[in-house]
Amino acid sequence: MLLTMTSTASSATDLGFVLHKHPDRVQTFDLAAGRAHVFYPEATPERCTVALLVETDPVALVRGKQGGRPAFSLGEYVNDRPYAGGSHLAQALGRVFRSALAGSCPHRPELVDRVVPLDIRVASVPAPGGLDRVVRLFAPLGWSVDATPMALDPEVPRWGEAAYVDLTLTGAMTVRAALQHLYVLLPVLAGSKHYWVSSDEVDKLLRAGSEWLPAHPEREWITHRYLARKRESVDDALARLIALDDAVSEDEDEGGGGGGGEQREDRPVPLAVCRRAAVLAELRALDAHHVVDLGCGPGALLRDLLADASFTRIVGADVSAGALDAAARRLRLARMPDSQRARLELLHSSVTYRDPRLDGADAIVLMEVVEHVDPERLPTLARTVFGSARPRAVIVTTPNVEFNVRYEGLAPGAFRHPDHRFEWTRAEFEDWCQSVGAAYGYAVRLAPVGEVDPEVGPSTQMAVFTRADSALAQGSEAEGSGG
Amino acid sequence: MTDDRVLTLPEVCLVVLIGISGSGKSTFAERVFGEFETVSSDYCRGIVADDVNDQAATPDAFALLHHIVGARLRRGRLTVVDATNVQRDARAQLVALAREHDVLPVAIVLNVPESVARERNRTRADRDFGDHVTRRQHDQLRRSLRGLQREGFRGVHILTTPEQIDTVAIHRERLLNDYRDEHGPFDVIGDVHGCRSELETLLVRLGYEITRDESGRPVDAVHPAGRRAVFVGDLVDRGPDSPGVLRLVMGLTAAGHGFCVPGNHENKLVRALDGRQVQVSHGLAETLEQLAAEGDDFTVTVREWCRGLVSHLVLDDGRLVVAHAGLKEAYHGRASGRVRSFALYGDTTGETDEFGLPVRYPWAGDYRGRAMVLYGHTPTPVPEWVNNTMCLDTGCVFGGHLTALRYPEKEVVQVPAEQVWYESVKPFPTVAEDARRARAGDELDLADVMGARVVQTGHHGRVTVRAENAAGALEVMSRFAIHPRWLPYLPPTMSPVATSTRPDLLEHPDEAFGAYAADGVTEVVCEEKHMGSRGVVLVCRDEAVAATRFGASPGETGALYTRTGRSFFGPDLTEQALARLRAAAESAGLFDGLDTGWLLLDAEVVPWSVKAEGLLREQYAAVGAAARGALPAALDILAAATERGLDVAPLLQRTRERWADAEAYGAAYRRYCWEVDGLTGVQVAPFQVLATEGRASQDKDHLWHLGIADRLVAGDPEFVRPTRRFVVDLASEAARAAGTSWWEDLTAAGGEGMVVKPLANLVRSPKQLVQPGLKVRGREYLRIIYDPDYTMPDNLDRLCQRGLGHKRSLALREYALGLEALERLAAGEPLWRVHEPVFAVLALESEPVDPRL
Repeated sequence: MLLTMTSTASSATDLGFVLHKHPDRVQTFDLAAGRAHVFYPEATPERCTVALLVETDPVALVRGKQGGRPAFSLGEYVNDRPYAGGSHLAQALGRVFRSALAGSCPHRPELVDRVVPLDIRVASVPAPGGLDRVVRLFAPLGWSVDATPMALDPEVPRWGEAAYVDLTLTGAMTVRAALQHLYVLLPVLAGSKHYWVSSDEVDKLLRAGSEWLPAHPEREWITHRYLARKRESVDDALARLIALDDAVSEDEDEGGGGGGGEQREDRPVPLAVCRRAAVLAELRALDAHHVVDLGCGPGALLRDLLADASFTRIVGADVSAGALDAAARRLRLARMPDSQRARLELLHSSVTYRDPRLDGADAIVLMEVVEHVDPERLPTLARTVFGSARPRAVIVTTPNVEFNVRYEGLAPGAFRHPDHRFEWTRAEFEDWCQSVGAAYGYAVRLAPVGEVDPEVGPSTQMAVFTRADSALAQGSEAEGSGG
Repeated sequence: MTDDRVLTLPEVCLVVLIGISGSGKSTFAERVFGEFETVSSDYCRGIVADDVNDQAATPDAFALLHHIVGARLRRGRLTVVDATNVQRDARAQLVALAREHDVLPVAIVLNVPESVARERNRTRADRDFGDHVTRRQHDQLRRSLRGLQREGFRGVHILTTPEQIDTVAIHRERLLNDYRDEHGPFDVIGDVHGCRSELETLLVRLGYEITRDESGRPVDAVHPAGRRAVFVGDLVDRGPDSPGVLRLVMGLTAAGHGFCVPGNHENKLVRALDGRQVQVSHGLAETLEQLAAEGDDFTVTVREWCRGLVSHLVLDDGRLVVAHAGLKEAYHGRASGRVRSFALYGDTTGETDEFGLPVRYPWAGDYRGRAMVLYGHTPTPVPEWVNNTMCLDTGCVFGGHLTALRYPEKEVVQVPAEQVWYESVKPFPTVAEDARRARAGDELDLADVMGARVVQTGHHGRVTVRAENAAGALEVMSRFAIHPRWLPYLPPTMSPVATSTRPDLLEHPDEAFGAYAADGVTEVVCEEKHMGSRGVVLVCRDEAVAATRFGASPGETGALYTRTGRSFFGPDLTEQALARLRAAAESAGLFDGLDTGWLLLDAEVVPWSVKAEGLLREQYAAVGAAARGALPAALDILAAATERGLDVAPLLQRTRERWADAEAYGAAYRRYCWEVDGLTGVQVAPFQVLATEGRASQDKDHLWHLGIADRLVAGDPEFVRPTRRFVVDLASEAARAAGTSWWEDLTAAGGEGMVVKPLANLVRSPKQLVQPGLKVRGREYLRIIYDPDYTMPDNLDRLCQRGLGHKRSLALREYALGLEALERLAAGEPLWRVHEPVFAVLALESEPVDPRL
């Protein structure tokens, strides 16, 4: 990691006073995992450059992990931290230039507030949001930003550009402000790769950003990225398995401005609300009291169900233990009164294994679930839900892919969520519903959710299956393959 | 009771002791029953209330007592309840408990004079209750005595004197269905329905010699090798000669040459012959007519013989159960009305179909028992295994076949019907219709995989899976993996060699050779480690095999999947890849040569970027790019500082080294990516045959496996990649040195490294399984595993202190689970049995282990 700061002010070597580092000395500082070196590759009265070169100790970096747990993916070991100017560089900067950051300069106090022409270069800065994002972070603070993109691998041209830039900031600024900007914004750029040793980030942010952050147009995004870096349960068994197959874990905090989280809510909130309202209305019309939300995720529908006393037995089931934990937290299960608690059950289950605990429900809801199942596994899903659990009714909602053209920002042909295995047209959805209905003895009614576009239909499509009780005696129908 | 000095009890039953306080129940129980067999209400009071006489604790004490009794009965243990049980209510609860677990309730009454009991209570300090208590109990007991039989007890034994109580002996009688000491071999024969001629043909086909009476009628069948016939019932009705069939089977069972369980048709016949009101339908009329022609004596013999048939048989140490309509596991070896009813009629949903026949519940789909269950009752065109059960009724009387299954060989033997003897009410299903039916055995229960589990393996004992690991695996299996029927195996993790003691290396062949020599292995094979991802190939010879053996949908002929069970490609590309491998296997004559319709191969799929392009770009290349941005710039700055006369020489030197490391790192990962287009550029490198029909191949040496791989390469050299190998005789220093230089050459040319395996394949040391392979990775390759700078002496020193114990243990446990899955697959075991160890491998893979190992 390398950072240089060049002053071209008159008596440029005053930079040494401000930084408390003598221009003719090479100084080395121990860090938690590595060493920081400070020296001046040039120091003339016209032009003075200080360099901060950080050598990271990769072995110590890994061994020193919080909690002492072994890292689960190779990405923890083969990592850009030794090279890219992200949170480790900021941390080194905070350690090495602590007094300058605090605005302390006992020998030449008048230099602290002196605005000088500065030229800062960080040779390799993570820029996952693209150049634009870098400009939007630094330009409002008065910097002229020059971010040069680099190839991901010059020998593999088809891979295009890397998510790193060679960053040069030019502007007239106090040294202290410049250091504060870097101290806060370098970790923000690093995003998910951001890594801290200490835990008092809020204090640090307030201290370093109090003078300029409130007026920064990107302040919310900055705050979110600076603070919300906690990866949930690093030792999670699932994460290990995903890493094991050399897949890249879904990075939840990339590209989104909101509070992270609800994976299932892939569209703006009103649609999700609308969808839940539609499902609830159908459940009430079906006179359902015992309802299973299969694929309940963090429990948004469960909360609505709990709010209506006519739902006397509510089961939230999900294949993700993590989602169930989230649901338990969000619904404040631990503090729920007994009478409420008795109505709700959370189950770790799967649509690809028969689970007798799901039997006997009035209705099973598959809200935005089927599109997360590989098409080849859909017959198994149908067998589990319609053949084995056999509730009186099944409600299925899924995106209508025809509507995707109405979403700006969704690339043509792209799905609404990276985990979607398919998205159906209205005709495809209807085909599937009819064949499942016929195979398992359910009548099907299709209904749009929310506003219907005259040309491409609704954003979400819904099907309500009701068991044809009169034909229930045809047990053999339940043995159809269903898909 | 013929002998009042001996009291006979069924081997499994619930014994309810009845007697007033002081009648000597506990003393009696202690004398004649085992330490844990008796559950006493006093003891339960003590457990819940610290006081055996605390009457206020009675409800809790009995709740506990019922729980213990229930658990014991579920496990099939004879259990004795030591409580007064003088009240009808108390006994009714115990009778209900016995019925719930399908064991017989038996009453033993200790009916001593009240004065004796009262005297005993006086001598005991803790029984200071008044005489009125004993008197009340005695009254209740007296009123109870007459009705005990009607309360549901299947045996009531009354002991009246203290002497009798002190001397009577208990004889435990085995249950009527208990034939566990009969070990076969057997020929189990499906529903005959009066098809006497076909039965004779079948018995002859099975190798029996038929004995005939003076009129030439068959009356016995004897197998020269001592095999015995077992009939699943429904000998009678519909067909042309029910009496003839009965005469043969009655003779055969009487002579000890076979066994028979009753079918619903025998059951109904008995009721008809008893003169009870029955509907004379479904071919009963024909039987009654035929019997009438045989005369009364024969008919009476038939009636008594049929009446004496036991509803199901448990044979061969419990490994085989025969019942007419099948039997769920909880009912094996039990006796109750509902067990008999299940055995005769099967499970029904309570509904009737459009032909007026009861809708049958497919109990076999839920069956998870270890015993093989053979049955008939429901005509099916082709006998099929469903979870270790098979229906042998192939509708002979309707013009189908008469079917037998040889046990333990599991070989089906059939003879065709000579004609359609009876028209079925419901059209007899054709084979095509039947194939369209979903395979009941393909359904997996959540209970098959969830929670903390123990998997019994043949090679490594019990392997434990923790609940949280199973939970992680459930999500991966459900969200990402292919259908479990295509996933009969997951490869185990592999341990690296012990860390090298050389100064500049983490891994070196010496440690592998040394470790195997220490385990008594004399020869090893070094196989090149391909620069790709582990892949398992399941390729069927054609769609028909895929459909019958693996339940494939049309168009599917196998799978090509990763170490966590994901498909490498979409359906189209998968089938293209399978077509090429199939063609290669055909041209090598492998299907015929190995006598199999499918091959399960362990392989490597190259390049790595096929699977891990995302990881290579976002992780590996990105790190390289970050280094390329930072290090040359740092070198420039350091050069400028040097020019100014600053002492940065050591820092400059280190930075130069790090830049060289970063470049070497780039070169290392770049070898794993090249552009592919469809299958162009993709190669599959098989290195081991995991299993074929009927055979897991871990006992074949690796040169045999590699020989097969070579034949596949010859069949399609463009798509199938050869695996280089080098055999090392561990006794020879020269051979070890040659093995080492082979590795050095391999890795110097950019190779990833090698895997060293015992040449003989599966090897055990005196203590345990020997590791099936040890990886020895190249120095350059390890840069992309450890760190670009891992070779710096200071880093290497610290990295050498790596703990391998957990990894090795995990590798062995997963290896044993993998072998278990293969053996279950090869033996044709049901899907849930194969899936169990496969799922366990995935669950173990989520244990936290250093991923660099």
